[in-house]
Amino acid sequence: MNQHRKWAAVLSLIGMGFGQIYNRQMIKGLMLFIVHLSGIAVTMAAPKAIWGLVTLGEQADHLEKVGKLYVNVRGDHSIFLMIEGIIIILALLIWFAIYIANVKDAYNVGNMREQGLAAPRFSDTLQYLGGVKFPQMIITLPILLVIFFTVMPIFFMILLAFTNYSAPNYLPPAKLVSWIGLEGFKDIFTIKAWNQTFFGVAFWTLVWTICATLTTFAGGFAAALMVQKKGIRFKGFWRTLFIIPYAIPQFISLLIMRNMFNGQFGPINQYLAYFGLGGLPWLTDPFWAKFTVIIVNIWIGFPITMLMVIGILSTISKDLYEAAEIDGATPVQQFGNITFPSVMLSFGPLLVMSFAGNINNFNLIYLLTNGNPANPNYQSAGSTDILITWLYKLTMDSGKYNFASIIGIFIFIIVASFAVTNVRRTKAFKEEDDYR
Amino acid sequence: MITSKRKFSMGNLFCYLGLILLGIACVYPALWVVMSSVRPGNALYSETLIPSAFTLEHYRELFDKYPFGQWFLNTFKVAFFTMIFSTVLVTITGYVFSRFRFKGRKKLMLGLLVIGMFPGFMSMIAVYILLMQLQLLDTHLSLILVYSAGAPMGYLYVKSYFDTIPQSLVDAAKIDGAGHLTVFRRIILPLSKPMLVYIALTSFSGGFVDFIFANMVLSTPENQTLAVGLFRIVQGRSATEFTLFAAGCVLVAVPLTLLFVFLQRYLVEGLMAGADKG
Repeated sequence: MNQHRKWAAVLSLIGMGFGQIYNRQMIKGLMLFIVHLSGIAVTMAAPKAIWGLVTLGEQADHLEKVGKLYVNVRGDHSIFLMIEGIIIILALLIWFAIYIANVKDAYNVGNMREQGLAAPRFSDTLQYLGGVKFPQMIITLPILLVIFFTVMPIFFMILLAFTNYSAPNYLPPAKLVSWIGLEGFKDIFTIKAWNQTFFGVAFWTLVWTICATLTTFAGGFAAALMVQKKGIRFKGFWRTLFIIPYAIPQFISLLIMRNMFNGQFGPINQYLAYFGLGGLPWLTDPFWAKFTVIIVNIWIGFPITMLMVIGILSTISKDLYEAAEIDGATPVQQFGNITFPSVMLSFGPLLVMSFAGNINNFNLIYLLTNGNPANPNYQSAGSTDILITWLYKLTMDSGKYNFASIIGIFIFIIVASFAVTNVRRTKAFKEEDDYR
Repeated sequence: MITSKRKFSMGNLFCYLGLILLGIACVYPALWVVMSSVRPGNALYSETLIPSAFTLEHYRELFDKYPFGQWFLNTFKVAFFTMIFSTVLVTITGYVFSRFRFKGRKKLMLGLLVIGMFPGFMSMIAVYILLMQLQLLDTHLSLILVYSAGAPMGYLYVKSYFDTIPQSLVDAAKIDGAGHLTVFRRIILPLSKPMLVYIALTSFSGGFVDFIFANMVLSTPENQTLAVGLFRIVQGRSATEFTLFAAGCVLVAVPLTLLFVFLQRYLVEGLMAGADKG
């Protein structure tokens, strides 16, 4: 009795593909061996990657005396080291997973041979991958893309929260960044100027999110009811008309709105003056700026709600209304007992999702007010800034990357907990082994 | 009987009034910008909505001063390929989650969803450095790559659409000897047209309008997209040349707006499929 499985497993542990070649699976073995060679290159880079991640560099750009002159010598760039470190470690993990699969495979095929079966040929392997393993094969590419373009950056961002990466004293390449643990979290909650901004902005984010979600929902619902009302003609025309705010690219319509609400020259105040009313400081007064942001958001957001509610309304059985009418129910009663509950049943989860979306409604605030008017009590934030725009300003304008990361993590925890609890309840996510 | 009929029409009258007011509110900003773009001079302020004289000067200026034609081409290139790759990636992801059961599937689904919730700005720095390492800065390929790589996280919507396709259809085809790819191509895809149009449209417009990440990656003027170019014009001097900005807005907005209006039937169906999650 040949101990094929032991030999195959040991050989493939020594070098990827060796066990497969031993099992007479030449093509598979050679392909795995090529993967092994590329893995060696990654492994060679690993010590430097780990050194980079642990130390974040030891010597920043500095002047060095060469002969009689001082020249600028390139030092370590902490942020590059950090990202390269994360990339190498991710690549290593992936390679390691392949390695384990390789040993397992060699063992299994060896086992088959011990039982007197022939090792699968390469064409059999391909068929197996395209058949039983089809889902895993097909999903590999999307997952790899997500790992390198989303997961890697997220790791980077989380790590940043534990460093002192910030202007003006810890900005590579002139200076090094170092790990400071939870110091940043402590600072943002204990230094008065910062925690005042944090709680102020967080509170307005909450108010904004609630108002924005409810007003667009109410607006879209009302529009849908009007369009679908019995006896109203040209329904298609009205619907097309109301899609326009949704169809115009958001960044264009927001820039347009910013000009329309211009206090001095904008048409809105011009018309108010025409009716003998004084103009309002739409974008320059803290209160009115907040008001304007919400109004403009209704304009932008109501069409989607309207389209969805129209769709839901069309699924409600006409019989219900007829029966209600026979029983003498008033239109208000019909709305309260038939229309509203039916719409809420379908729309409820979407409402939660749009709540989560509004927390991060960057475009609206950034393009319409850019967070202004300025607030003297805040650190690099204005009166209408929400957390996400504050985060943007912290990175792009003031270079406080570590604080921005902390806020990013905070936003994430809130949004994710909303979304996850909500989505887990939905039909698409529950175990749906019985297809409809 | 007469009173009830009368009350009915009164209700409709108010309804029409509301519809007309809402219609004006929807159209007015667009109309105002179109009118501003053909008005002589460069001021934001205007006495009347309809200008006393018309000029196409601002449109010509856009093409003279900026590589506007090139920007159009760039934008269409980026948006088109983003649309193709995003749609393929999100569709196969949704399909796998909808039709197959395998180990770790639920964890993967939840994981992708959660990852998609991270605010993107901090990660932009990391993506920027990754692109630098790949020597892809200032290329359109980098934009297409990054936009498409984010697409699989939007799988949930696609999955819930696929879930509504009866499994019996798939089983029947499998008995006839169809493989996974044949089933996908010949049965699943043709039944998913509204969803596919919706996904394609939103990913196209996503690539079309991004001005933040694209602004970071594209540095040379000839490589810029419309959104980036227009955004830079605005940041430069919108206050002094409002009418020029208005002309730019019209040129950028018209293709997308028309696309959305013409495909609104699919939008309604697509959005409805999204609403069917309760």
